[in-house]
Amino acid sequence: MALKLDSKIPAGALADKWSNHKAAIKVVSPANKRKLDIIIVGTGLGGASAAASLGEMGYNVKVFCIQDSPRRAHSIAAQGGINAAKNYQNDNDSVYRLFYDTIKGGDYRAREANVYRLAEVSNLIIDQCVAQGVPFAREYGGLLANRSFGGAQVSRTFYARGQTGQQLLLGAYAALNKEIAAGSVKSYPRHEMLDIVVEDGEAKGIIARNLVTGEIERHGAHAVVIATGGYGNVFFLSTNAMGSNGSAAFQCYRKGAGFANPCFTQIHPTCIPIHGTQQSKLTLMSESLRNDGRIWVPKKMEDVEAIRKGTKKPSDIAEEDRDYYLERRYPAFGNLVPRDVASRAAKERCDAGYGVNETGLAVFLDFKTAIERLGEDIIKQRYGNLFDMYEEITDVSPYKEPMQIFPAVHYTMGGIWVDYNLMTTIPGLYAIGEANFSDHGANRLGASALMQGLADGYFVLPYTIGDYLSKKIQAPKVSTDTPAFAEAEKAVKEKIEKLFSINGKQSVDDIHKRLGNIMWNNVGMARTKESLEKAIKEIQALRKEFWTDVKVVGTANSFNVELEKALRLVDYLELGELMARDALNREESCGGHFRSEHQTEEGEALRHDDEFAYAAVWEYKGMDKEPELTKEPLDYEFTHRAQRNYKD
Amino acid sequence: MNFKLKIWRQKDAKSQGAFETYEVKNISADTSFLEMLDILNNDLVHAGKEPVAFDHDCREGICGMCSLHINGHAHGPAQAVTTCQMYMRKFKDGSTITIEPWRSAAFPVIKDLVVNRGAYDEILQAGGFVSVRTNSVPDGNAIPIPKKDADESMDAAACVGCGACAATCKNGSAMLFVAARVSSLAKLPQGRVEGARRAKAMVAKMDELGFGNCTNTGACQAECPKQISIAHIARLNREFLAAKLQD
Repeated sequence: MALKLDSKIPAGALADKWSNHKAAIKVVSPANKRKLDIIIVGTGLGGASAAASLGEMGYNVKVFCIQDSPRRAHSIAAQGGINAAKNYQNDNDSVYRLFYDTIKGGDYRAREANVYRLAEVSNLIIDQCVAQGVPFAREYGGLLANRSFGGAQVSRTFYARGQTGQQLLLGAYAALNKEIAAGSVKSYPRHEMLDIVVEDGEAKGIIARNLVTGEIERHGAHAVVIATGGYGNVFFLSTNAMGSNGSAAFQCYRKGAGFANPCFTQIHPTCIPIHGTQQSKLTLMSESLRNDGRIWVPKKMEDVEAIRKGTKKPSDIAEEDRDYYLERRYPAFGNLVPRDVASRAAKERCDAGYGVNETGLAVFLDFKTAIERLGEDIIKQRYGNLFDMYEEITDVSPYKEPMQIFPAVHYTMGGIWVDYNLMTTIPGLYAIGEANFSDHGANRLGASALMQGLADGYFVLPYTIGDYLSKKIQAPKVSTDTPAFAEAEKAVKEKIEKLFSINGKQSVDDIHKRLGNIMWNNVGMARTKESLEKAIKEIQALRKEFWTDVKVVGTANSFNVELEKALRLVDYLELGELMARDALNREESCGGHFRSEHQTEEGEALRHDDEFAYAAVWEYKGMDKEPELTKEPLDYEFTHRAQRNYKD
Repeated sequence: MNFKLKIWRQKDAKSQGAFETYEVKNISADTSFLEMLDILNNDLVHAGKEPVAFDHDCREGICGMCSLHINGHAHGPAQAVTTCQMYMRKFKDGSTITIEPWRSAAFPVIKDLVVNRGAYDEILQAGGFVSVRTNSVPDGNAIPIPKKDADESMDAAACVGCGACAATCKNGSAMLFVAARVSSLAKLPQGRVEGARRAKAMVAKMDELGFGNCTNTGACQAECPKQISIAHIARLNREFLAAKLQD
């Protein structure tokens, strides 16, 4: 049975849709809110802001996170900024322009209505965060400062030094703390959701593991919100935090929620290159650096070789011998093209042999021109902490020599399918932030992840969830003493026992690294029919190997990191295959999804709107069974879908 | 590079802990400290032994999850970085490295090097917020804030809540942590309204949770990975005294 997809996009003019919708959906009275329970899984920008807002409104909220405190969620690592259409810089920005840049940046694979709403509420986010005491950067006149980010020709990015995600999360976390203190929200740190419980076709709660004691717990609620971020760690090496994982989302998929566009992965262009085989994490260098940094490789192969050998320093290369390839190829946007474009251009130069380190997988990001123009002090003010971090890791000072950078897995635009209310295909189950698929199409613009997380959590979900909960005002407390909860708990316990019983020869990390290699080599920056078919076969074989040869040490009833990692890898081993299948199905290139067979003469992504202007939504059919595809057509009523152009 | 590691092992909160010695070999100088522990742990798993539990997450020095006393220093010998941002080139080849959990009564050990820092959450829940509801706020530019104040607020807000200050302090005081939050909000008009209540509530909660008193030794500032200045403690004291005088 194929999934029934009703996007519930309201009728009317683009600018009126959200207002009309808000007027049409039901609300819950204060007296009834007190009777309703909501579970939120994840405490990043989406989860924390949703929990705080719903708690303020009077619902009973339980919020879960795997870290020791809600403040540690990976939103905290976002460096550069958050977009909003305030037009404070008077550069002719507007809600429409932010909408248009976002939909174009996503290569026309997102819903118009969702993206417009995102742009519309973006301004409220800035007001909210300022009122919470977020110390945004300011001008001498005391007003808020802005900078530029990729894919935009205006300055609409608000920031707090290189720590914007941290400051926004601390704002949301403080709001959450306020509600915890007030008793409307109960926090469960060091808890991991291991299953979603569905009863009578509706989400009724979760099974969670207390990561300290190992105890398996049942938690019931009238609605469940997944705010657990993305699944980039399927690649083993990524810029995601070590604990970031796709498991909560994947359990929803297993229980019947549609999973949309899993192959849309963002490869971020400015990360510190891989240095060896002992690495477990890649470090991002903020996109904001492209405001002042210029990306280049040498024009001459002999210079490349000399740099690799160490006989020449990058600063020895004369200006006329440098190929500022982004400025050459994309004069209108220059170094500030969107991430997918910048990443592919770096790959193109490295594939042609111009990579500047021993592995041949690095390009330069150079601040020489900016330091000459603005002086070292100003550059230090703008990027000091990033420069220090770079030097700490590489032992090279970016004030003297250019940074070396290379693309790395960073964000997943794909995720759980949701309708306009952010509800999944399972009634009562919601997904917000990076965990859903809805707003970024095939490529997310810089400084838009923070915007989406907070938009969903502060301004969208708190209203839309009321429409569903208004039907539950007479429902009693959800009992966890039911067959559905018992069954879910039993399945979780059996899975854990099974993992311990294998007692094979390979560690969880050994297998995860191999999965990462398969993914990066075949489902990475460039994909082909052959590479994807190969990946599917190899992942299936690796999955068999996992279930017969993994070694999980320790016990179930204790603090056990190996078990946590094993449970997440179980899901990566299926998610990886799903990503490859989706990429194989999508016989076009768009945004971060580049099928080498489908490119323009100039090597740009070539979409096929006639065949693929849809969100690919997959339904789980079993571990070794092919999932079923349902298409949600993306009708473009208001924007003309053009070949993306960042040249003029 | 090769190292001998003396690591604190403790089964759970109730058990007695002890140091155990391990060796790691062929570590690249570019490997991070936690990657070095990953390598040790992978070896331990292959040998059928339980790996060393330690807290970590972002590995970019911002989430505040990683901890560790390394050779007696919170976040190790390097200045101004968290443990995850420290690279093995900082250590002498062949040396012995001692690794312990945070040493603070208010942060009990959960397992090995993992401690419970829930007390910091509780302190913030006592008043480390501005009481505004979602959507009940003025325009972001309605109240200009002098750049200097916003910058100072940001200096304090850089605190990652890792616990190094209290773990380092000979009195086990959390003053730098409390001061960072109080001071960050004290520099902004949005935080002023509740300033007096906040300072009193957070200090009271800190005392209640068993943190010690501040005697201005400055050890917290020296070990803080984000270089939060003890000038913020002075501001906290000022806020606190002013609030008490109003009573």
